Amino acid sequence: MPEDRVLMKGNEAIGEAAIRAGCTFYAGYPITPQNELTEYMSYHMPKAGRAFVQAESEVAAINMVYGAAATGARAMTSSSGPGISLKQEGVSYMCGAELPCFYANIVRGGPGLGNIAPAQSDYFQATRGGGHGDYRVIVLAPSTVQELFDITMLGFELADKYRNPAMILGDGILGQMREPIVLREPVEYDPGTKGAWSLGNSAGREKHMITSVRLAPGTLEKHNMKLFRKYKEIAEKEQRYELTAVDDAEVIIIAYGTSARVAKSAVAAARESGDIRLGIIRLITLWPYPADIIREYADKGARFLVVEMSLGQMYEDALLSVAGKTDVSLLAHTGGGLPAEEEIIETAKKVRASDGPVEVFPEAAE
Amino acid sequence: MRLEVDDLKKVFGRPESLSDKPNMYCPGCGHGLAHRLVAEAVDALGLKDRCIGVASVGCSVFADDYFDFDFVQAAHGRAPAVATGIKRSKPDSIVFTHQGDGDLASIGAAEMLHSANRGEMITVIFVNNAIYGMTGGQMAPTTLVGMKTSTSKLGRDPKVAGYPVRVCELLKDLEGVAYLERVAVNTPAHVIKAAKAVRKAFEVQDEGLGFSLVEILSQCPTGWGRLPKDAVDWVDDNMVPYYPLGVFRDVTAKEQK
Ligand SMILES: Cc1ncc(C[n+]2csc(CCOP(=O)(O)OP(=O)(O)O)c2C)c(N)n1
Ligand code: SF4
Repeated sequence: MPEDRVLMKGNEAIGEAAIRAGCTFYAGYPITPQNELTEYMSYHMPKAGRAFVQAESEVAAINMVYGAAATGARAMTSSSGPGISLKQEGVSYMCGAELPCFYANIVRGGPGLGNIAPAQSDYFQATRGGGHGDYRVIVLAPSTVQELFDITMLGFELADKYRNPAMILGDGILGQMREPIVLREPVEYDPGTKGAWSLGNSAGREKHMITSVRLAPGTLEKHNMKLFRKYKEIAEKEQRYELTAVDDAEVIIIAYGTSARVAKSAVAAARESGDIRLGIIRLITLWPYPADIIREYADKGARFLVVEMSLGQMYEDALLSVAGKTDVSLLAHTGGGLPAEEEIIETAKKVRASDGPVEVFPEAAE
Repeated sequence: MRLEVDDLKKVFGRPESLSDKPNMYCPGCGHGLAHRLVAEAVDALGLKDRCIGVASVGCSVFADDYFDFDFVQAAHGRAPAVATGIKRSKPDSIVFTHQGDGDLASIGAAEMLHSANRGEMITVIFVNNAIYGMTGGQMAPTTLVGMKTSTSKLGRDPKVAGYPVRVCELLKDLEGVAYLERVAVNTPAHVIKAAKAVRKAFEVQDEGLGFSLVEILSQCPTGWGRLPKDAVDWVDDNMVPYYPLGVFRDVTAKEQK
């Protein structure tokens, strides 16, 4: 292998990418299936002269990130579902105070302690904000270890650009799998205009204040409208996706992450066997949801099949995007269940044979 | 005799580190005094340009308005975690939190304990007024046994609510802690002692010796339903006996021995 190609576990790729993106502060708390990331950072951050803190809880970790980001640093944390629930406090505060940060949710099965199998059941939590208040976070959904790496570097850029938290919604399979990847060159982190608001070294300037409290009548509404305009801009400019074999497809799959990986193999297998002409819109951003491209194909009369490892969460966004112009079907798994290639092909054939939408859940498969 | 303006020497005024915004605290409240002591210490030690304050959630939520250096407002109880992120990212800065007792000893107990235990180079100004002021006088973890509040209307019953938490006693054996002192601000003599303690805590941070915390027993006339004058006496009569004043840990003293 050439020098810049290495074999890496997904969780470690996130860590290495963060360091190369100029992340100087990481705080985390152990939870499976993201432990390799915290472990990687505990060793490699100090080695690179950066700060690592094993926090007393996820609540503390995200609030440490809040403090670090307030100084203008690129800061990050990571966890899995139960810990991400705890981090929502800090994420909401960071949105309110317009502080950038990057965090990863390597999703496991829920609700509650659930299990440690891969899942996509934190979709609503991620794409609807998750915590209290009127806000959004940028949600990125990689499907390979290379993409975990690339998207982590991108995530820091987007967070800084919009002064807002950005996150990866991965899962246990992506975090644990080992794949060869190309390491991108480290970026020379440029704090840019952060000096206009960040904390520290205040000699010779007005003081800087970072806050999410706006009690004076009207001020919070005004601030939230500012945030809203920002979110609108993100929604217009940052929709990302990948198209495979969509133009002549009888059924277009909509999927992300691990379910998109399986679906992509299903597309290839069905094309090869001549069973059914499948295509796939693989979502790379989950918020903003790539509604425009889905609408474009809906206008052309395409029929869709959502494949997800949650009980119809992402399905709702597909339905909203299609806005009744055509039908959307669903193949859902939950609690760590994975869709199988043949199952996807069989469901797609059912969709082709039916006049309306088809919904397939694990019970039905039994 | 006529005095010319040039003859006047300024002997007392607003510390440079305090902003000129009037504070919104009730008459007789201890929070404003605590701010003044911090500002004086920061000025005296020449730390203003490096100083970053962390406001918490409670009556002091707008502490950021009252100082004239950089400030960030933290979620309820999380100020020591926010301070940790700041200090680790900007080790040359001087970072302090200003927290009430509900904020620090209840919802933020874990953040307080663990930042102390890690020996974070931060200073915590802990205002203990034995009550939740901002939300209207509910029982705090520091509310005294028998004390009536809006959620302990018959008086705090330790069988139901446990005993008041003594924070300095809780932290004094942690290796990461460099300086711990409990003071009061209800009499001029106590204020003078408190000023020294606050200054010492900032010195200890500047020297990189570890975590420092000053617990300030503080009047909350409004929450206690007492006149400011009675509140001042109440501190001596009721709080000091349960919360003894003094230095609980001082690593510089050990070094001298
Ligand atoms: C997560 C959360 N829970 C509860 C509150 C409501 N709240 C605001 S201030 C406060 C207590 C403040 O009491 P204390 O820390 O003793 O400060 P004081 O007002 O007495 O100075 C509470 C419970 C909140 N803001 N956030
Ligand atoms: S309620 Fe108590 S703590 Fe709050 S400002 Fe009034 S006196 Fe101070």
